[in-house]
Amino acid sequence: MTIALNSTPAARSRWIAAAPLSNRGITEMIAGPVFRGAGKRWWIAVLLTLPFVLWTLVALIWLLTQGIGAWGVNTTIVWGFAIANYVWWIAIGSGGTLISSILVLTRQNWRTSVNRFAESMTLFAVAISGIFPIIHLGRPAYFYWMAPYPNTMSIWPQWRSALVWDFWAILSYLIFSIVFLYVGLLPDLATMRDRATRRSAQVLYGVFALGWRGSVRHWRLYKRLHVTLAAIAVPLVTSVHSIVGLDFAASLMPGWQESIFPPYFVIGALFSGFAMVLLLTALVRWGLQLEAIITIAHFDAMAKIILTGSILMTYSYATEWFLAWYGGEHADRSLIAFMFTGHYAALYWALLFCNCLLPQALWFPAIRRNVPALFAIVLLILVGMWLERILIIWNTLSHDYMPTLWRVFRTTFWDWSFLFGPLGVFAFCFLLFIRLVPAVSIYETRRLAYEEGLE
Amino acid sequence: MQIFRPGADSVIRVALCAAAIVPFIAAGLAYAISSSPYMTQQNITRNQPVPFSHEHHVGGLGLDCRYCHTSVEKARFAGLPPTETCMTCHSQIWTNAEMLAPVRTSLAENRPIRWNRVHNLPAYVYFDHSVHIAKGVGCSTCHGAVEQMKLTRQVAPLTMGWCLDCHRDPRPALRPREAVFDQSWQFPPNQEDEGNRLLQAYNIHPEHLTDCSVCHR
Repeated sequence: MTIALNSTPAARSRWIAAAPLSNRGITEMIAGPVFRGAGKRWWIAVLLTLPFVLWTLVALIWLLTQGIGAWGVNTTIVWGFAIANYVWWIAIGSGGTLISSILVLTRQNWRTSVNRFAESMTLFAVAISGIFPIIHLGRPAYFYWMAPYPNTMSIWPQWRSALVWDFWAILSYLIFSIVFLYVGLLPDLATMRDRATRRSAQVLYGVFALGWRGSVRHWRLYKRLHVTLAAIAVPLVTSVHSIVGLDFAASLMPGWQESIFPPYFVIGALFSGFAMVLLLTALVRWGLQLEAIITIAHFDAMAKIILTGSILMTYSYATEWFLAWYGGEHADRSLIAFMFTGHYAALYWALLFCNCLLPQALWFPAIRRNVPALFAIVLLILVGMWLERILIIWNTLSHDYMPTLWRVFRTTFWDWSFLFGPLGVFAFCFLLFIRLVPAVSIYETRRLAYEEGLE
Repeated sequence: MQIFRPGADSVIRVALCAAAIVPFIAAGLAYAISSSPYMTQQNITRNQPVPFSHEHHVGGLGLDCRYCHTSVEKARFAGLPPTETCMTCHSQIWTNAEMLAPVRTSLAENRPIRWNRVHNLPAYVYFDHSVHIAKGVGCSTCHGAVEQMKLTRQVAPLTMGWCLDCHRDPRPALRPREAVFDQSWQFPPNQEDEGNRLLQAYNIHPEHLTDCSVCHR
């Protein structure tokens, strides 16, 4: 049977396209771009993202010197882009964690081709998201008061404050993302160390490889650590996004004070996170010419998860509408009416199109296997999920219990700066990352190739 | 080929341990610095244009605090005496003392003496002397044994934690109103009962003493 498997590898393999692919060939393909230089596409991408990095820096300096009045926030709509961006970015982060933890625990081995850059995506997304709660403060210089540190004021953080919950959620998620990504990198860093020819590269990779020799004992301890971290990741990512949901749900506002919010935010996070993973997968596959190890079957599998996410999101929206009607609270019903017909109605309809209607195209295998179509769909899902976050804030704050306080949000140039700038920062960090370390896990891809009978 | 010398392993181990420990040491160090006299100015004696001695005037001559700090019972600020207050005596005694030349100049030129501030609270703290006096907090509780100071110094750290020590439980610091200005007054052995009694008598509600708006408005 084994012989028969090996004799017809190409027909058997879903997750590796090129056959036969040797261990050496896999290493060469993945580590190659790092040593050779990433080529023209990489440089063009860096030059395109660099202005966004500078734009973000200017916007940050402007905001920190001028104060949050630079934004469109007012005395009624006290939250704006900052909180929406925070929620959006930290949700993006969940995609990498999902791939690397839930799919590890459920032994979905196809994830090995995408989990490395998905994890790095998590790290950068969470790092960017962490900036927003700080800069949304009136006095950002005192953000460290969120931490319980010994102080001469003999006061402690206010544990009832959602801000403090955010602090812990972001901090634990950030530390975890770094550790998880790094642990996943260890064997590959050792490979890079051994293949490096320049002394500086040998030392750099060597220091971070922590003396990895690939002994049986190393692998045994490594596997145990990796699976343990994956098991920790699942409750962690659930708790992080529940806390993000509780930022809203713990208030007394119509449209926020809903018990569905924590699970709804977890699902929304996984939905948008996976959309971003798919987007990056398409880009990395094209940019680094990894068609051999990232196959159409990968896109197909991820598209199915996104479709599931879309259905659950639609269900969550419908639950909100239903409970507003069924609960009978005037403010809730009035808010739902405002969402569909009020000042931001066009955006709300766009949200429903992007998050609920459009992803239904993924029922069709032909679309799930069409990379340009998928690219367009996930791009619109990411837009839709951002619209969802900003509308959660705008709708409720624009239309709460007190009609005399009803206002609308007028965006400023600096609002948009903090939306578009960080996108470039994210892309810039991601580009640097894939330039410095293998974008795909070498050792796991080798194992996948072995298991698929291609070795 | 070896990239690293044999000692490299130890270096990494130390660095990893340090990465775990350093944040705690840094927080401890930051706390030590922020609570040290370097930051709080506690027990630092300042030079003054005229070396006014509380030891001589209060301890020796027995002047009442209110003779100079006239508004302490009525206002936020205890008050610094105008030059005329000094001159009630010093127009008669020590009239030619070299030490008092700035006082005479001040009077002649009608320009107040520029004392160097000893107790300097941040602007966002609305400390009010009068309410503390009215509720039985004695001068010496915060300012210490002023009657023994040749030059005035700040005895308390004046940190927010120090304020809250008392605001969270004022009982150990309360004394009868009659004894507020008595620098020689000692807390009785039954201060615990006495504190409870004064809390009642002066209508003090500790549960509101730590509200933010009590000190920050």
